[in-house]
Amino acid sequence: MATISEAVRPPRTSIGMFGWLRENLFSTWYNALLTFGSLGLIYVALRGLLTWALTKARWDVVTTNLWLFMVGPFPRDQIWRVAACGFMVLLLGGLSWVFWGPPGRSRTRARRWVVAGWLLSFPMTLFLLRGLGGNSILPPVGTNLWGGLLLTFLLSIVGIVASFPLGVLLALGRRSSLPVVRWFSTLYIELIRGVPLVTVLFMAAIMLPLFLPEGVRVDKVLRAMVGFTLFTAAYIAENVRGGLAAVPLGQYEAAKAMGLSGVQVMGLIVLPQALRAVIPPIVGQFITLFKDTSLVLTIGLLDLLSIAKSVVAQPQFMGLTREVYLFVAVIYFIFSYAMSYASQRLEVALGVGER
Amino acid sequence: MIKKSPVSTVYHRAVPFWRDVRVIRILSQIAFAVLVAVVAGLLYSNMKHGLETRGLGGSFDFLRLEAGFAIGEGITYDPSDSYARAFVVGVVNTLRVTIVGIILTTILGVVMGVARLSTNWLINKIAAVYVELIRNTPLLVQLYVWFFAIILKFPRVKESIALPGSIFISNRGAVLPWPVTTASFNLWLYYLIAALVVAVALWIVRARGQRRTGRPAFSLLWIGVIFVALGTLGWFVTPGTPFILDRPSLQGWNYQGGITLTPEFVAMLLGLVVYTGAFIAEVVRAGIQAVPRGQIEAARAVGLNEMQTLRLVIFPQALRVIVPPLTSQYLNLAKNSSLAIAIGFPDLFNVAGTIFNQTGQAVQVIALIMVSYLSMSLFTSLLMNLYNRRVQLVER
Repeated sequence: MATISEAVRPPRTSIGMFGWLRENLFSTWYNALLTFGSLGLIYVALRGLLTWALTKARWDVVTTNLWLFMVGPFPRDQIWRVAACGFMVLLLGGLSWVFWGPPGRSRTRARRWVVAGWLLSFPMTLFLLRGLGGNSILPPVGTNLWGGLLLTFLLSIVGIVASFPLGVLLALGRRSSLPVVRWFSTLYIELIRGVPLVTVLFMAAIMLPLFLPEGVRVDKVLRAMVGFTLFTAAYIAENVRGGLAAVPLGQYEAAKAMGLSGVQVMGLIVLPQALRAVIPPIVGQFITLFKDTSLVLTIGLLDLLSIAKSVVAQPQFMGLTREVYLFVAVIYFIFSYAMSYASQRLEVALGVGER
Repeated sequence: MIKKSPVSTVYHRAVPFWRDVRVIRILSQIAFAVLVAVVAGLLYSNMKHGLETRGLGGSFDFLRLEAGFAIGEGITYDPSDSYARAFVVGVVNTLRVTIVGIILTTILGVVMGVARLSTNWLINKIAAVYVELIRNTPLLVQLYVWFFAIILKFPRVKESIALPGSIFISNRGAVLPWPVTTASFNLWLYYLIAALVVAVALWIVRARGQRRTGRPAFSLLWIGVIFVALGTLGWFVTPGTPFILDRPSLQGWNYQGGITLTPEFVAMLLGLVVYTGAFIAEVVRAGIQAVPRGQIEAARAVGLNEMQTLRLVIFPQALRVIVPPLTSQYLNLAKNSSLAIAIGFPDLFNVAGTIFNQTGQAVQVIALIMVSYLSMSLFTSLLMNLYNRRVQLVER
């Protein structure tokens, strides 16, 4: 017997495909007009694009230069080193997924090893890529030969890893009760956020050698990394500051009441909550950084986009700008979209804004 | 016998100065300031030494020297002019692309943001694809696609595409008709000002009437009608015509008359507008979604129609949420205009780069660039903050 509390579903107002069409595409006369108009536009655009892509476009420019796009002028006989780095990162990623992903019994020890692996992977990558002088197994490869997607990845990863702690420090500095520290942090953050990234890169490329004592030469790639780090740190600081402001005052007071010191209050109580709240904007910042690495073209590094530019100038592929730049755009899109998709999943998993 | 608690003795002992919070605060600040000063001083002395060994001074005198390089477009400039003049040309070009870009991108962003919330499935999805595609590719790549893969692939001048209204598009840019003022333009301008004064006066009167009687006075509609009517009347009263539309025509190898938008300018504008538009669309969507549903239902309940609900209830409240992030998008557009260097549009960063290459005065050139962008950013934030204050006033 059905009780009153048992909810009765409302009667369905639309049935099947036609109902869906009516509801979502032709609900009013102007919606019908809009639907037909945009259908026409899509048809024209897609037909033009597909005809070009399938018949006219010369995709051999991409297949011929695929290695160039991936690693730039990195010596071809040494590519196994890049591959080894890639495998290392994939392996660590897989292990992390296994040990952190599905809930199960405690895996503290295994996790500790994976974290150590991640920490070690970075110097290992640099060592593998740079090589050592005077041996035949790992002959040195100068950073001027690093390029393509490899350089794009290296610049973004270094930028991300290095700017994060600096950003957190700046955010804490800006909220500090010590006026001198606060002014300094505020000045730095606002100054950097007020100027375009190209100026910061330009400064890192031109001014950095001036600032350093004579005889100290800084690698060009390293200069770009410094520029990205200094720039991104200011933006991360603002994101983290937002997270710090979102931690209720009671949390500070409770932590103090329990007798924690200032550093402990920050490190154990406030920062963990603040950082969890700002994961989405920080991932967004990292996506921005990944896209912005294309700007190193202006200071003469051979990232993915600069390689594309040089491919277009190759005599046998002269002027195939559409194919090449479209390909580059697709590569950037795949990685950025994957990151933003992962960030959305992470947001749901962490329950940001729900707890 | 009661033992004397040791605590009481501790309480009466003075806190040693190295554990006094007030002293620690001051000392740590001094230490921080000294650290910053030492690092800055070290960098400064290195820089001074470096500049001296390169034979460069620290003054801005070089700005008076002859520039000697050509600039593709902008206000009147000759290679024999000074570096300072060249820099001003760059600043004006940046402002040109930024201001036009902000206006167009606002329109595109609002349209796409509203489309993203459309009940029409197709429109909704088109807006979503636009936003995701644009936001997930670098602006620089988009600029390259616009400039190298689209605009430079247009037909040559001889075979340029003619659009209705005497608009011609070729790989040398777009040529549009443009009004040219005549001798009687000033007279007509006075008529226009008079018309504006009359219209505003009428607007005030009607708005007061509305406030007194509560009856809708269509005040804004009236001001428009009066202004247009008086302006048109002035047009016929003025001897001759105040301005004529200069239509471009193909003469020899190029178009004469009208206004020419260079390929670099068009690519820059398209790139900035389309890129920033995607971000503004998301800002607008978030703003509209932030308006509580109860507001819309209440508006329906008091009998407002769909348009009135949007205009009187949703937008004023959404604006509060929209304006602050919109400001930062405008600032981003202004800063992103510095990417012009990649496609050769002579904006301030591009011109400054050329000046640096010729003179080598790194420090001064970078200072000039930074001051320009910072003042632009500050000015924009100031304007938007003023506007924001007006919008926010509604809040209780």
